Amino acid sequence: MLHAVIAAATEEAARNPLIPEVYDIIWSLVCFVVILFFFWKLVLPRMQKLLDDRAEAIEGNIAKADDAQRKAEAALVQYTAQLAEARTEAGQIRDQARTDGQRIVAEHKEQATAEAGRIAASAKSQIEAERQAAVVSLRSEVGTLAIDLASGVIGESLSDDAKASAIVDRFLAELEASEAPSHAAAPAAGKI
Amino acid sequence: MLYSVVNQPIIVVARAELTAPKQEKALLEIAVNLMVPSATGDGEFHGPSINEFFPDVIFFAGTNFEINRIILIRFLAVAALMLLFWLGTRRMKIIPTRGQSLAEMGLDFVRVNIAEDLLGKKDGKRFLPLLTTIFFMVLFMNITGIIPFLNIAGTSVIGVPLLLGVISYGTFIYAGVRKSPGNFFRNSLFPPGVPKGLYIIVTPIEFISTFLVRPVTLTLRLMMNMVVGHLLLVLFFSATQFFFFTADGGFKLFGAGTLVFGFAFTLFEVLIAVLQAYIFALLTAVYIQLALAEEH
Repeated sequence: MLHAVIAAATEEAARNPLIPEVYDIIWSLVCFVVILFFFWKLVLPRMQKLLDDRAEAIEGNIAKADDAQRKAEAALVQYTAQLAEARTEAGQIRDQARTDGQRIVAEHKEQATAEAGRIAASAKSQIEAERQAAVVSLRSEVGTLAIDLASGVIGESLSDDAKASAIVDRFLAELEASEAPSHAAAPAAGKI
Repeated sequence: MLYSVVNQPIIVVARAELTAPKQEKALLEIAVNLMVPSATGDGEFHGPSINEFFPDVIFFAGTNFEINRIILIRFLAVAALMLLFWLGTRRMKIIPTRGQSLAEMGLDFVRVNIAEDLLGKKDGKRFLPLLTTIFFMVLFMNITGIIPFLNIAGTSVIGVPLLLGVISYGTFIYAGVRKSPGNFFRNSLFPPGVPKGLYIIVTPIEFISTFLVRPVTLTLRLMMNMVVGHLLLVLFFSATQFFFFTADGGFKLFGAGTLVFGFAFTLFEVLIAVLQAYIFALLTAVYIQLALAEEH
């Protein structure tokens, strides 16, 4: 077919499309060289740089994500540790408070017991002192009374038994009347 | 029918041997008719001619630097290619903008699907500038074939396909010689593991297939696809013009048919443009791979 086409062409137009003209080759070569250098020196290096950048960006993002993951895990571990520490501390504080409370209660109980003892002792000594005072006053009063009674007895007729017993009865009545409030002292007086 | 037979990338080479002679002859007649400029004169149908590919010289007439319309179209394709990729890769960001992702998609297509797929990461990177250049140069020069007012592919004249074929050829020989100096040609022509007697048959076949057929098929496959694509489009649209404005009565209806076909083949031509660029770059990578992978 090719030959036929060529034959037809050469016969009719005297131009063989398979024989290149010099200018055709020259300009084709110019075009080729221009495009080759354009791709070789400009476009493909740009493209290569882009591909490298893109690969780097993807790897960088993966690294960044890994880093973030690691950080998050570290933070989690730290928080867990802190939480456990806080729990232990709270427990310690609770225990401390409990022992402190017990100690305070015991201290107070002791103090109260001591106070009660002290109060009881002072009351006892006070009572003793009052009793001593009562004994002393009673003793002096019984003396006086005895002297009064004696002088009364002497002042009346000692022979008159009836009178004497009347005097004694009156004295005792007077004594009872005057000493009624302090009859507690009477046994003491009686003892003397 | 004609177009699909002629324009399939592999078929254009293989079909010549395989097709039944009768059909082949019919195709030839049609093809020859396409090439032959019809008689001029009003009221006549003007078919496309081979002279479409040899327009008048515009600059530097008579020197070796003549510039005609097709050369200007090639310059335009180169300028468009550089502008688009310059804009697309001007401010590369990790998260791409719309323009950048388009440029990236194109570059990644060559890098991943052609270079790294066939040659691996290391060799793929070595030959990436060449493969990228071949792919986009062919693609941009092919696509001018369907751009209004350009209407002819920069690769439809033999200069570019031949140059790229020779470069591809030189590159795979360079790759093989560089990999194993001294052994490359011996292993290519005398494949190891073949009984000695068979070299009488094997060596000429290997020589022809490796060192003669490869550059020729690369060149012709691309060029003929573009030539035939252009001629078909010219044929359809000039026929439409003829039917609508010159033919009488009922013949005008044929114009609608040719117009629809012309439109369909314009779309098809986009596919062909991309496919041919892909095939050219892919085969170059395959040849380099075979040269690098020789048993040594």
